[in-house]
Amino acid sequence: MTDDLPKPEKLSQIDLTMPSTGWMDTPALLKKGIFCHAARAKDIEALNMPNPRDWRVEDDDWKLPENWQEIILDGLRERLEKFRSLRIFMDTCVRCGACADKCHFFIGSGDPKNMPVLRAELLRSVYRSNFTGAGKIMGKMVGARGLTEKVLKEWWYYFFQCTECRRCSLFCPYGIDTAEITIIVRELLNLLGLNIDWIASPVAKCHHVGNHIGMEPQAMKESIDFLCDDIKDITGIRIEPSFNRKGAEILFITSSGDYYSEPGIFTCMGYLMLFHQLGLDYTWSTYAAEGGNFGYFTSHEAAKLLNAKIYAEAERLGVKYILGGECGHMWRVLNQYMDTMNGPPDFLETPVSPVTGTRFENAASTKAVHICEFTADLIKEDKLTFDPKRNDHIDLTYHDSCNVARGMGMFEEPRYIIKKVCNNFYEMPEETIREQTFCCGSGAGLHAGEDMELRMRGGFARANAVRHVRDKHGVNMLACICAIDRAAFPTLMEYWAPEVGVTGIHELLANAMIMDGEKERTQDIRGEDLPNLEPEDKGDKH
Amino acid sequence: MIGVAYALIAVFILILVPWIGVQGLGLTYLFGVIIPYAAMAIFFFGVLQRLIKWSRIPNPFKIPTTGGQQKSLDWIRQSKFDNPSSTGQVVGRVLSEVFLFRSLFRNLSPRVGIQGTGVTYASAKWLWVFAILFHYAMFTTVFRHLRFFTNPVPWPVKFVEGIDGWLEVGIPQVMISGLVLLCAVCLLLTRRLVIPRFRYISLMNDFFPLFLLIAIATTGALMRYIVGIDVPSVKELIIGLISFKPVMNEGIGPLFFIHIFLVSTLLAYFPFSKLIHAGGIFFSPTRSMANDNRAVHHDNPWNYPVKFHTYDAFEEEFRDKMTEAGIPLDKDPASLPGKD
Repeated sequence: MTDDLPKPEKLSQIDLTMPSTGWMDTPALLKKGIFCHAARAKDIEALNMPNPRDWRVEDDDWKLPENWQEIILDGLRERLEKFRSLRIFMDTCVRCGACADKCHFFIGSGDPKNMPVLRAELLRSVYRSNFTGAGKIMGKMVGARGLTEKVLKEWWYYFFQCTECRRCSLFCPYGIDTAEITIIVRELLNLLGLNIDWIASPVAKCHHVGNHIGMEPQAMKESIDFLCDDIKDITGIRIEPSFNRKGAEILFITSSGDYYSEPGIFTCMGYLMLFHQLGLDYTWSTYAAEGGNFGYFTSHEAAKLLNAKIYAEAERLGVKYILGGECGHMWRVLNQYMDTMNGPPDFLETPVSPVTGTRFENAASTKAVHICEFTADLIKEDKLTFDPKRNDHIDLTYHDSCNVARGMGMFEEPRYIIKKVCNNFYEMPEETIREQTFCCGSGAGLHAGEDMELRMRGGFARANAVRHVRDKHGVNMLACICAIDRAAFPTLMEYWAPEVGVTGIHELLANAMIMDGEKERTQDIRGEDLPNLEPEDKGDKH
Repeated sequence: MIGVAYALIAVFILILVPWIGVQGLGLTYLFGVIIPYAAMAIFFFGVLQRLIKWSRIPNPFKIPTTGGQQKSLDWIRQSKFDNPSSTGQVVGRVLSEVFLFRSLFRNLSPRVGIQGTGVTYASAKWLWVFAILFHYAMFTTVFRHLRFFTNPVPWPVKFVEGIDGWLEVGIPQVMISGLVLLCAVCLLLTRRLVIPRFRYISLMNDFFPLFLLIAIATTGALMRYIVGIDVPSVKELIIGLISFKPVMNEGIGPLFFIHIFLVSTLLAYFPFSKLIHAGGIFFSPTRSMANDNRAVHHDNPWNYPVKFHTYDAFEEEFRDKMTEAGIPLDKDPASLPGKD
């Protein structure tokens, strides 16, 4: 955590008074701690994207190409003809304000331009002045304004303060989705090379090496082998997963966060143990080694470019279908975009669980099944045995990750698994879970180090609900099914709700799952001693 | 806040114009026939043009906002109208938005407490209440007006009128819908003026329709309850208008011309303003598309191929490292030309 980040006591003093000047007359002051570093030329070049150059946010001169206004307005015109969503969202907003206080960034910052309605007006004002008669004639009186450099910088500042979580879209009476507007404005900004480093760099690495962190194939294998060593120590079972194996039945794809850093690796150990216990005929890929897709935070084309590798690899390996790990925006892309962008994959088959025989008709075209769907089916069909007491040292709450909540609607599958493997489960208040869930504050590529104040502000609403169940029920663990969550929450919890750890669902499952031939478990997946299994500790709980 | 002033001035001018036009210049035919015709034409063609424009733009991706449990495993209960997976369910979802304002009904409001107490959430249904009251009162009022357009008046109109006047107060009877309409518009206006963040986001475009509606409802009420107009003459004019044989009788008071001019303004303004939201809900891809993306292929008409980094290029670069790590290769190192 950075030194200049204000203390929680100070940060939670949120000033909700509106500025005395109208929003068009209030210039955006780019504040350190809120914005991320600029993208570097080499990363823009790696994807052959336009206007690569090194520039600094702090400088007045962003080295824009001379005809930058033309580029943006042409780009906007093109997208108004290509995306019905954009045109509808520009035309139908009545500024009722239902979205205003739904955004976690507004709740945590009080900055009026973080109200989704105003975030959209930043673009809509330019749309009015260039694409509507009233705006052209009446100008500012009807909320129109020209595209100046100040406006462009304001766009950059505020559209990289949206995590595309879609909470506002749920409450909007016309379904106006700020995520869609953010995606398109970021796409426009990328025409000028105005990405952020935390997005552009992973995209470049993912494109070239295969995952966001640029982990080369041998290193990825090593990392997973290392997890298998830990599994051996904990369970006595040696697992030897395969990589790039042709003829496997299933290609398993997950976010790279799961195989390189804590606490994601514990979830990854969970996958490995589950697949081993089932004797699943599956393979990892070092080429399509990334489920996450930071291209999606760049442009539709970049999203497609990175996503294309998944089907290409599935075809090359000759698998029957794809199983996807616990990741949020990966599943937004797999669920709502993959089949359209790079499908239909006629070389694959409708997924059938080899263990239960269940056909996943809901994935009949995309041929990609979410691991929580897969596992919930296994448990329902009684294919796994558990000793949930091994999770008794955990008092759990569950965070619905935005993308699987509002871009898919997966609520019951993870809860079903949790309730089978964990005895102590407490829901957060209903206004903060399921479809109304709050973002971690670090999604859509904003999980950098330099924007820590933004992340803590953005995650305030989520953390506040966690703190509530921590204080009320003694919750000490927060489960989620998103790799960005798992990366962002430890810092967020430390800041707002100390003493709450972060886990994935398949880590909990692996703790409780009784494996064939396992030795007596004395440690959980993290290698920590299981206190509850010692007789003298029994009954101490609660 | 200047937007409020502009909007108010605009509506005052819109009241003055027909008053001067009819009282001072005697332009009854212009305000009673030509302008209403023009307004109706603009409304009709404007809305049509807008809808055609929208419908011609493709939906490249299926992006419903899911508000409930997806359809997945058989034994998990799907939330059919908040997360529709079939056309029928989508229709249900859209209708629930159109008639019940489903999404607005979800509204809740965070209350940021003093330091340390955190955030709590309170249900905030008042916007939903105002909106429902306004739209249904508006609908009833417009529907009631059909009695000016029909001869004889059909029974549903009489029936609605009967219900609307159930209070049986006043002569002529007070119509609840008109009263509710005026109140709801005033509440919506008050909300925009009083709550700082709504005042902050409001534009002239938001105040203008509200003031216009207040003026329309007020002139309507004045005619009905206080000033009184020559109803048979007005009815003759309107039936003449809709049968394209306009008849202009003498003695229709200026209030009527003001009323109809304001309504004409509203109609002409409708297609080019935020009022078009009425049609937008049917086209909004987050509400009008099924969440069946994985089950049924959705085609993007402008989809184009991209040059992604191929496996071959990947293997070429990492060949040695992969060989060393024991990761299988497509091209066996031994069989490559140039190797012995």
